[in-house]
Amino acid sequence: MSDQPVGRIRFMDQQRVNLDGFAHEDVGLGLVAMASPHDPKPSLVLRDGRVAEMDGRSAEDFDALDALIAGHGIDLSVAEEAMALDDVAFARLFVDPAVPRAEVVRLVSGTTPAKLAQVIALLRPAELTMAMTKMRARRTPSNQAHVTNRLDDPLLLAADAATAAAYGFREVETTVPVLADAPSNAVAVTVGAAIASPGVLVQCSVEEAMELEMGIRGLVSYAETVSLYGTEPVFVDGDDTPYSKAILAAAYASRGVKMRVSSGAGAEVLMGGAEQCSMLYLESRCVSLARAMGVQGVQNGGIDGASVAASVPRGVRELMAENVMVMARNLEACTGNDALMSESDVRRTSRTLPILLAGSDYVCSGFGSIQRYDNMFGPSQWNAEDFDDWLAMQRDWGVDGGLRTAAPAEVGRLRREAAEACRDVYRYLGLADFTDDHVDRAVDAVGSKDLVVDGVEPDAMVVLGAAQAIRSSGLGSLEVARALQECGYEAAAGRVLDMLAARVHGDHLQTAAIFDESMNVLSLVTDPNDYAGPGTGYEPSAARQAEIDGIRQARGVEDLRKDQALLADDSFRVVGPAAAGSDPREVVIGLSPGIGRTVWQTLSGLSVVDTLRELLAGLEEEGCLARVVRVNGTLDLGMVGLTAARLAGSGIGIGLQGKGTALIHRRDLPPLANLELYSMAPIITPDLYRLLGTNAGRHAKGATPVPARNPYTDEAIEARYHTSVIALVALERSCVDRSLGNEDIEVTR
Amino acid sequence: MTRAFSGRDSEELTLDRLAREELEADDVRIHPDTLEHQAAVAEQHDNPQLAANFRRAAELALMSEADVLALYEALRPHRATAEELEALATRLEGVPAPLCAALVREAGDVYARRGLLR
Repeated sequence: MSDQPVGRIRFMDQQRVNLDGFAHEDVGLGLVAMASPHDPKPSLVLRDGRVAEMDGRSAEDFDALDALIAGHGIDLSVAEEAMALDDVAFARLFVDPAVPRAEVVRLVSGTTPAKLAQVIALLRPAELTMAMTKMRARRTPSNQAHVTNRLDDPLLLAADAATAAAYGFREVETTVPVLADAPSNAVAVTVGAAIASPGVLVQCSVEEAMELEMGIRGLVSYAETVSLYGTEPVFVDGDDTPYSKAILAAAYASRGVKMRVSSGAGAEVLMGGAEQCSMLYLESRCVSLARAMGVQGVQNGGIDGASVAASVPRGVRELMAENVMVMARNLEACTGNDALMSESDVRRTSRTLPILLAGSDYVCSGFGSIQRYDNMFGPSQWNAEDFDDWLAMQRDWGVDGGLRTAAPAEVGRLRREAAEACRDVYRYLGLADFTDDHVDRAVDAVGSKDLVVDGVEPDAMVVLGAAQAIRSSGLGSLEVARALQECGYEAAAGRVLDMLAARVHGDHLQTAAIFDESMNVLSLVTDPNDYAGPGTGYEPSAARQAEIDGIRQARGVEDLRKDQALLADDSFRVVGPAAAGSDPREVVIGLSPGIGRTVWQTLSGLSVVDTLRELLAGLEEEGCLARVVRVNGTLDLGMVGLTAARLAGSGIGIGLQGKGTALIHRRDLPPLANLELYSMAPIITPDLYRLLGTNAGRHAKGATPVPARNPYTDEAIEARYHTSVIALVALERSCVDRSLGNEDIEVTR
Repeated sequence: MTRAFSGRDSEELTLDRLAREELEADDVRIHPDTLEHQAAVAEQHDNPQLAANFRRAAELALMSEADVLALYEALRPHRATAEELEALATRLEGVPAPLCAALVREAGDVYARRGLLR
């Protein structure tokens, strides 16, 4: 006996899902999603208007997180009511459409971290989806893109930022493989985004102090990678405290820069500091802290730790629960779907789908709009190769996942303008000089590998030099706007200036703010989520619905009619009415009504003339006489074939439909029977049509044919061709005319 | 009307003025009064913590880039002694930035208890 498992198991082992790591729950390591026996029981004791005890810990033992949460984050006027509310009753408020979002927000503001985690843990997946639909802050969903590349190449960054904006992303996040390149990346992405759209928020994620410096100087319009952790030691390992982060939040606002914090399951586990608590409880502390610090939003749902959460039971559910906690704390939610959490397309879709359906302030806190290898955050849950899938999913469900189709020609135009504008701005500001060839490559590049010429990458020192020049000269977005203007990019200059003016107004500092393309701020204040059951809440406008529906691959009958008409020629000529033949060697090929009129090409790509040529050659090889007859009265292949058989002297007929399905019929058989049938039109080869002709000849002669086997494929052949079939049938239907009877056809070959 | 930090009306942030090189960094910098206004809006929308953040921001808006960066640095773990944080709080009161000063004092107390001072 072999120790090796049987073939069925070996086959399963090879599937991509088995590249993923799955872990046993281990409370000691914090490898537990929703609840650990070491999670504190919710408690809140007030004394003299202050919190004396929270979640089982008395004030003198508070760590820095507890201190800030207890001191600033809990609405004490609601706390008694909220903490006394039964967990199940509380959880039901999240999904009951009759309870307004504001009422849930009011009560949650009085909860401790442990209480909120315990309530949210009661929500099942469909309930989390309902809760997200109701509780997210902004009515209109949106999405965020990563735009980075391995080389920090400015022209490619600009082209890719323009592409992301063209596809509808309202925030673009860049980062660097080389820290010192950061200011250059910020400028390149700012330029590219401004070429494609007004109002795209831009950030460059780097070390906290440098990110703040760029924000203050106006090189970026929002900041996100301000990390929070659920335990004090991990926080300190990250070289911050809740108080330093609170000042950071105020520092960004002090310069009109939008900012959210970043947290999420798994970070504490990875750093060995989970203190035996569940991921949901630790994240509840982060979210409570975010609210206490006074930041407007949180990026969570397992960012870098998403795959840690996904490795344990109910981990993916925990990720979504994190997002709902953010929404319940009345904050902007940037809902993960960021770092790739599985090698399996099925699992990653499963993880994202409920959030896409519910709608979120940003469905992805970083859709990798570039190549996986170019994503300097690491590959995302969704990447450049998934754009069309995302657009199709939006369309399938009729939901708004923040993306829209960009016309291919428009993408080409915008990429060129962005790369050229970036080149011109760098030259104008004395940052760097790029060649025309470099521009051309950036425009057409799928990713940075396409910038390599004869094995040589663009000079890395050029980018570094540009970045240092930006930093040392104190250059900001005002200078970038001026450079764009001076180089003739007036519209883009205006867009950069508008983003600076927005900073003066500060309306985009409010919760969950994005700009639409008319520079209107959409936020909790201006566009509040008003979901209260069916018929309420966000519904795409007619124009937006048209964007969601109008994917570039969609085809109609008219498109197919045009495609077919392009192939029309004069090879079919009507001779006259068809009569019954008498020669016993005669086999009739019956054509459906559209062949040679509206239909010129079968689903396999073979022309109808070539298809006929093969059938006729097969008959000729058997020494049969062939006659071609168009059957005008029916579309049904069986009836076309039977009609042909009844006209044939031999009593054997071939039926051929425009899409390419074919059969052999005999005059004494019922209509739905046949001798041989090719049903898989898209994959029938010329050889098979010839064999069908040969076999028809053998039937006519009373010889024994070698039955042809239908070709087989495991591809989704119906998904690929059914829309064409419907259109082809419509084209044929337009030719049906019973009064024309059957006509002899001469086919010029 | 919204005024920038420089006092310039935000309506004046036009491409014409950009072309004439009349615009400067403080013309695209937020004014503390605007942050106070945003604080009031946040309060009306059930987020008093966000309002408090905007009010601390209004104080920081008066300070130089270097002073803001230094304040952040001082609050990172093990950067400052209790005395240094107290001195920082006193300086902030002089800005005047009383809300930030209060946060620094609170941090100083917590850091002392949690071993996060230098």
